[in-house]
Amino acid sequence: MAHVDYKELKKGGFMRQVQKDRFSLRLRIVGGQIQADQLLKVHEIAKRYGQGYIHMTSRQGIEIPHIKLEDVETVKKELAEAGLQPGVCGPRVRTVTACQGSMICSSGLIDTISLAKEFDQKYYARELPHKFKLGITGCRNNCLKAEENDLGVKGGMKPEWTEDKCNFCGLCAAVCREKSIVVDKQNQKLAFDESTCNYCGRCVKSCPSGAWEGKSGFVVYFGGLFGNRIAIGKQLFPIIFSTEVLHRVIETTLEFFKNHGKQSERFGNTLDRVGWELLQKELEEALKN
Amino acid sequence: MENIKADAFIDITGMVCPMTFVKAKVSIEELEDGQVLEVRMNDGEPIMNVPRSFKEEGHKVLDVINNSDGTFTVFVEKRGL
Repeated sequence: MAHVDYKELKKGGFMRQVQKDRFSLRLRIVGGQIQADQLLKVHEIAKRYGQGYIHMTSRQGIEIPHIKLEDVETVKKELAEAGLQPGVCGPRVRTVTACQGSMICSSGLIDTISLAKEFDQKYYARELPHKFKLGITGCRNNCLKAEENDLGVKGGMKPEWTEDKCNFCGLCAAVCREKSIVVDKQNQKLAFDESTCNYCGRCVKSCPSGAWEGKSGFVVYFGGLFGNRIAIGKQLFPIIFSTEVLHRVIETTLEFFKNHGKQSERFGNTLDRVGWELLQKELEEALKN
Repeated sequence: MENIKADAFIDITGMVCPMTFVKAKVSIEELEDGQVLEVRMNDGEPIMNVPRSFKEEGHKVLDVINNSDGTFTVFVEKRGL
């Protein structure tokens, strides 16, 4: 048998199984979505080259287990016919995950799927000292668990209140979890304390009179881990509103990890070792508009 | 704002999502445009989502009273938006 470069196969999304010369084929999925027609191809490959089932991964991916080594090239070709590609494993940017976001979900504050596609195009498979996970969640309900990613993005909304549109019904105060809004119905007064606001956008979403309006933005978390070690990603700066700035932040972060991370060291551990303020300092530049 | 007169009342405090909004929706559908439904609902998930769903269907919340017992009373005008 010819020499098998397992590392190369792993890089190309073929995960070596415990069974000799069998691979679990990981697909490149973005934001947990796949076209129905592509799913037919997956079905076909699983039946013809696998064992007739797929595995749904913990990060919205699909793997087709039990692909034989000799079928790897054929399977790649067949995937390409349906516009599908193998995914990646190993020390690089992994599957970009996302909830359905504002295009589908009434709680969503940002278009997570478009953003996931951008992330995938720009960052997917980029070589780094260790695996690097990017995840996008549309709001504070956090269905996609932003803080467990090496870099996680959460949709937020900065609210603004216009007095003459307000009917002082008090709904915003009722839905505000942080008690940042106090409505005095009798005197037709409203007090908003932005310092305690967590940008959940519930006041804007529920306001019946359009008195609350909001600007959508991104809350970014760094260094989350949910593997051997568990660490919750940290927010290092206030909500940002520009996609351009967001991309600069991500580029800076990936470059930082490339320069400071040790082989097989997750990003959160790198930050603990070299000091979070080092990243923070570099991010300051990226944050300038 | 004082003493909004409701044309119908429903208590959804004993229900869970999605029945909360389904029941409230059925109740408001029985009213005429401009009439007011009074809904008693729990704090938490119902107060976060039920009034927002009313908004999405074009009904207007006129007043929200915190009953200070873990429930709210919400007055909604049919097609008020």
